[in-house]
Amino acid sequence: MHGQQGNHSWHTRPPEACAAPPARGLYRTAPRVPQNGDVSQDVAEHSDTAERAPARRRRGLTSIEVLALLLVFGLTARPGLVELFGEAAAQAWMARFVAVMVQAVPFLTLGVVLSSAIAAFVPAGFFHRVLPGRPALAVPVAGACGAVLPGCECASVPVAGALVRRGVAPAAALTFMLASPAINPIVLVSTFVAFPGQPEMVWARLTASLGAAVAIGWLWIRLGRTEWLRLPAHRHHDGGRWAAFWSAIRHDFFHAGGYLVIGAAIAATLNTLIPEAWLAPLAEHPVLGVLALAALAVLVSMCSEADAFVAASLTQFSPTAKLAFMVVGPFVDVKLAAMHAATFGRGFAVRFAPAVFAAALGAAALTGAVLL
Amino acid sequence: MRRDAQAVVLLLLGGGLLRLAVTGDYLDYVKPSALWLIVPAGLALITVAAVTVWDVWRDRPEAGHDGHGDPKVAWLLLAPVVGMLLVAPNALGSYDAERSGTAVGSEEGRAGYPELPDDEDPVELALLDYAARAVFDEGRTLEGHRIQLSGFILYNGDEPQLARMVVSCCAADARPVKIGFDGEVPEGLEPDQWVEVVGVYSPRQGRDEINGELIPYIEVESVTEIAAPDNEYQ
Repeated sequence: MHGQQGNHSWHTRPPEACAAPPARGLYRTAPRVPQNGDVSQDVAEHSDTAERAPARRRRGLTSIEVLALLLVFGLTARPGLVELFGEAAAQAWMARFVAVMVQAVPFLTLGVVLSSAIAAFVPAGFFHRVLPGRPALAVPVAGACGAVLPGCECASVPVAGALVRRGVAPAAALTFMLASPAINPIVLVSTFVAFPGQPEMVWARLTASLGAAVAIGWLWIRLGRTEWLRLPAHRHHDGGRWAAFWSAIRHDFFHAGGYLVIGAAIAATLNTLIPEAWLAPLAEHPVLGVLALAALAVLVSMCSEADAFVAASLTQFSPTAKLAFMVVGPFVDVKLAAMHAATFGRGFAVRFAPAVFAAALGAAALTGAVLL
Repeated sequence: MRRDAQAVVLLLLGGGLLRLAVTGDYLDYVKPSALWLIVPAGLALITVAAVTVWDVWRDRPEAGHDGHGDPKVAWLLLAPVVGMLLVAPNALGSYDAERSGTAVGSEEGRAGYPELPDDEDPVELALLDYAARAVFDEGRTLEGHRIQLSGFILYNGDEPQLARMVVSCCAADARPVKIGFDGEVPEGLEPDQWVEVVGVYSPRQGRDEINGELIPYIEVESVTEIAAPDNEYQ
């Protein structure tokens, strides 16, 4: 949750000072995105000097010692823990939290392995050659490429981060990130299955999601500023590509995973606390119904591969409202917003979430009016 | 968090996932098909942990960026470890089912209701299947058969109902299907007790107070207490 602040002054501080707070060093953010290669080299040199002798002697508990203490405490306190979560509501919350994590961690792992492979093994100029040079043209191409990554949103966020690092225009990478969990084959097939006899739902979802993703990419070209993006710096190192690969996996997994925990906890809380009865009166209203399901999609943070089934079961709502649920959910929800903040920085996340919500809602309403 | 601590957390997470897969407890949280994601992911995490330990052991100079450890948010990954390994919550049951509306609406657009087999007696049906046939097909295919359903008990006020959670992706999106009992029901059934119900189709229907959907009924012949199945969701 921290670590982004203070990196500007960091460069001006003498190297010894950097070593003082032991846990802060790694997550250096590069000030500007496209050029972050050279910046991170600079970071590497600084911290290598900082790393040495004085830091070792001054530190208090190392993290492994803290971890060991926590584990011993956890094991001895286990009966108390079980009792604490014996209460039906707490038990239900914990079951939902664990469920979200068990479902999301494999996809996160897939995304992190992919993104680390891109970071370590794909040559820097590769995407420049593959994607059209003009960003305005690269955006729709990237959106269409989203159809190839068969994962849900937990996988696409770290991959988009790796793409930006590899020099892909942020607009194109963001479009890819939004499009891929919404329009990949698995999601489209599950939508088809969830709405038997309504294949127009699949087309509406595809059109609205792709349209909104491309719109966001173009919007970024016009209004976006690279200084909003603060990618955690990957330092250069001389251990070779495999060393880079493994350390990128660790870094991205712990980073995005930590934020995923926050998102999963919020989603589990909302799922446990929001009584469904609140929704029913809104269903009748054509506009409020759409807004209610769009807001619900943000709050419950459902995996994009499953949201069609849940949308289908919300039968009191209009088809456009269900479409809004399926278009908004993969674009932005509490879990994703936390992961966006982890991957691209908080300044980015607070601007991105409302823009994306508005685009998705608009696209869903428009497509619903025409197709459904 | 330093690399050595990271290795331990990765090992615990990967091991936790594999443990869920081996014991079958993963069915309390996700669909059976998720096994094919959980096992590779668990193995991958353990591999990363092993590589990390190897690097630490060889005392490789800080290859990469984990010199000082990752941001403190990484510590939060201990929460799912505690959840999976220490608390190990049970599958969702009557507490949640009493608070959410019946999910029968998701079956509304179903293409067809194949005839039930004549050579089975009673015919075993999933709760959602029974509810869909009763609500959207007026029980046409149910008549003339004895039906066997299994689920847990929940109380709607004083009235016991049979319920089962339907999961689309993971337990976080679990929604109940509820069925009412018509006729004689044994007294003193506890909430969350799993039962096997044999009965015949009843045209009686009620409404779920929470979302206004229809709740079908079954004319009860017998109610037998059973142990909870491995996969409590449908």
